[in-house]
Amino acid sequence: MSGDDDRSDAAERAGDAGDPTPDGGSTHPAESPLAERARPADADAPTTGLSGPRPEERPHPTGRRDEHGVRKEPDQGPEPARRATVSALVEDEPGVLARAAGLFRRRQFNIESLTVGPTTVEGHSRITLVVEETEAGIDQAKKQLAKLTPVIAVGELSGDAVAAELVLLKVRGQEPDKVHAITSMYDGQTLDAGPRTITVQITGDENQIDDAIDAFDQFGIIEMARTGQTALERGDSPTTPGEEPGHSAADTDDDEFTNYDD
Amino acid sequence: MSEPATPGKASADADDEATDADATGRTDTEDETAERRREAATRAPGTGAGAVVAALEAAGVETAFGVQGGAIMPVYDALSASTVDHVTMAHEQGAVHAADAYGIVRGDPGVCLATSGPGATNLVTGIADASMDSDAMLALTGQVPSDMVGSDAFQETDTVGVTAPITKHNFFASDSDDVGRTVGEAFALAGTGRPGPTLVDLPKDVSFGQTDRPVGEPTPPKRSVPTPAADEEQVEAAADAIQRAERPLCLFGGGVIKGDATEEARAFAREFGIPVVTTMPGIGSFPEDDDLCLSWAGMHGTGYANMAITHTDCLIAVGTRFDDRLTGGVDTFAPEAEVVHVDIDPAEISKNVHADYPVIGDAATVIDQLDAAIGYGDAPDPEAWREQCAEWREEYPMDYAIDTDEPVRPEFVVEAFDAATDDDAYVTTGVGQHQMWAAQYWTFREPRTFVSSHGLGTMGYGLPAAIGARIAADDDRQVVSFEGDGSFLMTIQELSVAVREHLDITVVVLNNEYIGMVRQWQDAFFEGNHMASDYDWMPEFDTLAEAFGAKGFRIDDYDDVEDAVEAALAYDGPSVVDAHVDPEANVYPMVASGAANGLFALSEDQL
Ligand SMILES: Cc1ncc(C[n+]2csc(CCOP(=O)(O)OP(=O)(O)O)c2C)c(N)n1
Repeated sequence: MSGDDDRSDAAERAGDAGDPTPDGGSTHPAESPLAERARPADADAPTTGLSGPRPEERPHPTGRRDEHGVRKEPDQGPEPARRATVSALVEDEPGVLARAAGLFRRRQFNIESLTVGPTTVEGHSRITLVVEETEAGIDQAKKQLAKLTPVIAVGELSGDAVAAELVLLKVRGQEPDKVHAITSMYDGQTLDAGPRTITVQITGDENQIDDAIDAFDQFGIIEMARTGQTALERGDSPTTPGEEPGHSAADTDDDEFTNYDD
Repeated sequence: MSEPATPGKASADADDEATDADATGRTDTEDETAERRREAATRAPGTGAGAVVAALEAAGVETAFGVQGGAIMPVYDALSASTVDHVTMAHEQGAVHAADAYGIVRGDPGVCLATSGPGATNLVTGIADASMDSDAMLALTGQVPSDMVGSDAFQETDTVGVTAPITKHNFFASDSDDVGRTVGEAFALAGTGRPGPTLVDLPKDVSFGQTDRPVGEPTPPKRSVPTPAADEEQVEAAADAIQRAERPLCLFGGGVIKGDATEEARAFAREFGIPVVTTMPGIGSFPEDDDLCLSWAGMHGTGYANMAITHTDCLIAVGTRFDDRLTGGVDTFAPEAEVVHVDIDPAEISKNVHADYPVIGDAATVIDQLDAAIGYGDAPDPEAWREQCAEWREEYPMDYAIDTDEPVRPEFVVEAFDAATDDDAYVTTGVGQHQMWAAQYWTFREPRTFVSSHGLGTMGYGLPAAIGARIAADDDRQVVSFEGDGSFLMTIQELSVAVREHLDITVVVLNNEYIGMVRQWQDAFFEGNHMASDYDWMPEFDTLAEAFGAKGFRIDDYDDVEDAVEAALAYDGPSVVDAHVDPEANVYPMVASGAANGLFALSEDQL
């Protein structure tokens, strides 16, 4: 097998099979096959394409991959999607939220909510994202997010993480007592009460918020604003890997956390 | 194994010999260069613009490409007293492609400058191009004064917003004291880990503002510096898979070249006798005249490369992002292969093709790790597989017929130039059929010698890239640019720069009076309806070259080829060969979009 078989075919066809003789005078001598090669090729050389077995005459393996490039059995169904809460610790610089949001839009990740706010460490913010994707999609989302320069660490929250959301609901004020009862039932607060409208605030995890909204629906919800999920890992586990506990102004000297791993 | 050094390494060697002659003929000893950089890092810059320039000098930048303008004027003013050479281009797109190619050839980030608004937006295509190909590059853009930002001021564009998705990272400079450090950080970041373009937007007041804070050494943000070595467990697992394989195949991507890992990659494949295919950006990572090399796979790759990739049982993929032009439909891509994927960017692992054995790290380091891990076991020698690959090479030759009474075959022109040039000549291209013929019929042997627009496929890339490559390259290495008539016309104005700078480049226009690649697809998929692809109004490129002050040559038939090739290469300065080639010639093999690699068509009736 000669490495330049493919390159020298035309030369050989044109009768240049022997070693080309270098002509010492030229700047690019040796293999320059121009004169010889500008001759008609073999009659059976194709003029409109290349020669070789046709597609159907070639051996074809039977294996297949799925849409994520994973090898699979032929009748395996599509990957199911799941919901993941992703937390990103980021440098608090201008545009960081736009970068994260832009990334998700550009790569068409299916994003359900995105919240952002400061942490206990000055100059750091936390972005909490809820995405609904296949396993591979979630993995990509986390990796792409981690690649952004201002992103310090990215973690996916476990099932028992604490998560909360806030909703403001403006409902019709005809039945203030009933509104008040339901507000207390959801440990909410009344922020504004007037003759025609009552505005309440409810916090809780996503299911509680959904339930509360259903409950208030009977009064007629005029306006609503939801923040989206924000979340922290439960207990001593850091929310993003390697995250150092920060020290807020309220910290005392006997802070028992020096490192989450302790 | 006698390995020609990569250009990046060559210049390091030159440093060892204590001489470093740059394109301007300046000759400095290594000590002088280091001293100059130290001086730039520690001096009081005076102004923000002075700090920008000091940062470039501290980073060792020798040449920058750009176009002047209002918002960038303070930086240019400071550049006039700098050791950084500035090459004024005819269009910012020229500047960005030239910087891109300069960076590819040098192995260090290329630098380009533009003013705010239209200057910055003219860079966008080239920045996106660099981003898709992971080319290290720093773009500096002027911006309207800070207090006017957001007011839709004259020549204001949200450059940071516009370029955020196409840069590795971009910065808005807000303080004269910090701007120098920011530029150094952006430069360093561009070349760190997986390379990519970075940008610093420079408001005019920040450039004008007083500062005497030294810029310091250019250092990337700490988190952006990846660990070069891979996890040993990952390496062991991958090594095991490779040892088990009966039909192993190396797939070398652009990352092998960008990571300066060609030497290690070549040694690895040769040690274990594993056949090699490359991606198009990986061309040059393995010598194409080596017995083990099956050239490149993908849409217009060789039949034998596509057969090998279809039938391998273990694909050792290094520094590739499994672009769809390589894989065709992922469902049928290397369907029987366990995939070992070596990449420095964890986000590339299992992005398009699932990696059974992910190995995250620097290509050169990881290949050495793999090599060592396999060395302890006894690696089976895949002889039968090599023979199979050799058979495919016989079965699917890269071939074309010559009839001297017919128009010249474009492949022939490419081969003629290849034969007449040195093995280490640089080839740049536009985008289209000519690019594919250049990739197919030129025998590439060295890394960084094929300078082309891969991921974005930017027509107009070839000529400015040739200018950047010429300025970056050693004088004794040749630069040839293959252009299509359509591609050439997109940035032809840069010929004026080549003439002004007296750059010895040879532009070869494979002139088919079509935007041929489009015509080929129209013939295959749109019943031959040549809507807007018929370019029979092309100028005489040889005459036009003369108008620019370059040398023009013309090829009409086979008899003209040898003389034109000789004369164009011999001419000391920019020359343009207007090669009128067969307008109906098509590029084969071809894998239809999304089809199986093994179903490559050898002619139109097979599509
Ligand atoms: C900037 C840009 N615009 C449009 C295209 C789409 N396109 C891809 S190939 C091609 C034809 C290129 O024609 P030409 O440069 O003459 O080369 P040929 O294919 O004839 O060799 C076009 C229009 C592109 N790749 N880049």
